Amino acid sequence: MHGLTFDIAHMLAGSLVVISFVQLYQDRLSALINVFAVHALVLALSVAWQAFAQTAPHLYITAAIALVFKAIIIPVALRRIIVRLGIHREIETVVGVGPAMLLGIGLVALAMVVMLRVTADADPLAREDLAFALSVVLLGLLMMVTRRNAVSQVIGFMSLENGLVLAATGAKGMPLVVEISVAFSVLIAFIVIGIFLFRIRERFDTVDMQALDKFRGERR
Amino acid sequence: MNIDALSGVLLIPGLSACLLAALPGYRLTSRLNVLATLLTLLTALSLFVVEPQSGAYLLVDDLNKVFIVLTTFVAFTTSAFSASYISHEIEIGRLKPGYVRFYHAMYQVLMFAMNLALVANNIGLMWVAIEIATLTTVLMVGIYRTHEALEAAWKYFILGSVGIALALFGTILVYMAARPVIGEGVDAMVWSVLVTQAAKFDPALLNVAFVFLLLGYGTKVGLAPLHAWLPDAHAEGPTPISAVLSGLLLNVALYALLRFKMLLALNPAAIAPGPLMVTMGLISCVFAAFMLYKRRDIKRMFAYSSIEHMGIIVFAFGMGGPLANFAGLLHMTMHSLTKSAIFFAVGHIAQVKGTQKIADMGGLTVTHPVLGWGLVLGVVAIAGLPPLGIFMSEFLVVSSTFSREPWLVMILVFGILVALGGLFLRLNTIAFGEPRGSTAPAEASYVPMFAHLAIVFMAGIYLPPPLVTGFQNVARLLG
Repeated sequence: MHGLTFDIAHMLAGSLVVISFVQLYQDRLSALINVFAVHALVLALSVAWQAFAQTAPHLYITAAIALVFKAIIIPVALRRIIVRLGIHREIETVVGVGPAMLLGIGLVALAMVVMLRVTADADPLAREDLAFALSVVLLGLLMMVTRRNAVSQVIGFMSLENGLVLAATGAKGMPLVVEISVAFSVLIAFIVIGIFLFRIRERFDTVDMQALDKFRGERR
Repeated sequence: MNIDALSGVLLIPGLSACLLAALPGYRLTSRLNVLATLLTLLTALSLFVVEPQSGAYLLVDDLNKVFIVLTTFVAFTTSAFSASYISHEIEIGRLKPGYVRFYHAMYQVLMFAMNLALVANNIGLMWVAIEIATLTTVLMVGIYRTHEALEAAWKYFILGSVGIALALFGTILVYMAARPVIGEGVDAMVWSVLVTQAAKFDPALLNVAFVFLLLGYGTKVGLAPLHAWLPDAHAEGPTPISAVLSGLLLNVALYALLRFKMLLALNPAAIAPGPLMVTMGLISCVFAAFMLYKRRDIKRMFAYSSIEHMGIIVFAFGMGGPLANFAGLLHMTMHSLTKSAIFFAVGHIAQVKGTQKIADMGGLTVTHPVLGWGLVLGVVAIAGLPPLGIFMSEFLVVSSTFSREPWLVMILVFGILVALGGLFLRLNTIAFGEPRGSTAPAEASYVPMFAHLAIVFMAGIYLPPPLVTGFQNVARLLG
């Protein structure tokens, strides 16, 4: 692994982290969905590049799944959902943009420190991929906890799964079982969430999780 | 894949799920559901007679045999309870007949997923199985479509997925650690290969992997502070599912954790996984014990009691050593049997009274003596009073670890005593005193509940020697 191959893989993985940051400060749902589509597109490119660099043709399948399913089908479907629900309004965030970005930077620093230290002996591409992947996972988690809206929580979860796919493809020669299962789980997860969104809509006339919180806790 | 008992425990639930999804009529499907779980149980028992060959994907050893038999047994008795529970839910119109078909199919899919997680010889396959089990239970928790059920299912789904995602990251890291030693490809994810080579893995990677796995699968075990989904999911779903969640699914997640703990224990340079598990176990036990006092919902209360007991079990396994592992294993078995028996009783009680609020129940031993005394017996067992099985297993946990870490054990005992107080305080309201709420006669199936309680009672007095030797073998295996 040397020269240009390494640099391109590095750049693509790095862009994923940057796009994760862009997701953090989107305050409109439609914009957030667009950013997620770009996130998935970059993931597809990154996976395809890994397939080329490792000469592992099965990874092209993973890349295709990421491209078709995550970058096209899901954003289109989500857009339809928010149009049908009529929620183009602003996203309410629990933590403001500033603190969220600072927290995000902290998490990325944490990911770098942890992963680069423990993988000192691994090959440089794998270890940096892993560090970036962990950053994307943590940023996805951060997004899930800072958002109160069900749709943006779902997007947070999916960008978290993108991080996992990045990690799985970065681990050289990882059996196909896992890639398929990851894509598969996203599919299932999305169906489940879709069902839930519609049920939530039926019952509460809103997909804001704060409305759900009213019903939480001990019934008296 | 050739057909043997190992593939049998997967094929039977898998095929019955398809069959049950296609058949109409809840009376027929609930009977078929019982039949399918019985067949699975018999197949699982045959593992003790003829041990099939472990392959690249499926594995059988002393450790997972215990888990498989426990899982299929409780699944069988729960399906019998479920048959009478569901027919009542349909009569009162709380559940639409259309959903019942879905419910039974999902029940079998859940059995398939749990058995797959237990027999998987591949860390990736095991992860997939636990993910399927999670998604299935999410759908089942939300089946009543009420505000509370949807909220509980959503919360469970989000927290469960995050846990599962962290566990996958841990799984990938284990592969990364194994790859330089074993080489690329499937072999680096196979348990039976990993175990033989674990000593040569990079310890730093294994350490980080275990932290992710502990947080990920620990969420599914319901360890505090990752337990937030558990009380809601137990309280709002159908009661048979509460019994399966507490009695089985928590164990399956624990099984995954134990496998990885074995892996770490084989590597001398990696951190000892024990102290991490002991800490989380103690926090869960003491925290859940205090939470028992303020519960007003009966199912929610027993959900917290499950967290407390999972804490005790994780503590025992975290301490390690043949004796503590034996105690942990016994406690896990006893807890599964007792807690599902309690949920069988609670399910019928909630149906008779038409509510889950503790304040609206009272004097059960007078109005419904069989249910009432069944619950009293169950709570006496779960609180750990002699001579029942849980007393013995808790006593073993305490006595086998006291000489090593007296102060930690004191905290554990404190938690157990606090929980005992909380449970009896509520039991007093529910079972004795002025009768409150409906006094209509119960149409209940008492056999599953008393079968479990009888086993727990027996175990408190006498453990058959083959069982003891079996558990000792597993305890040694766990290291």
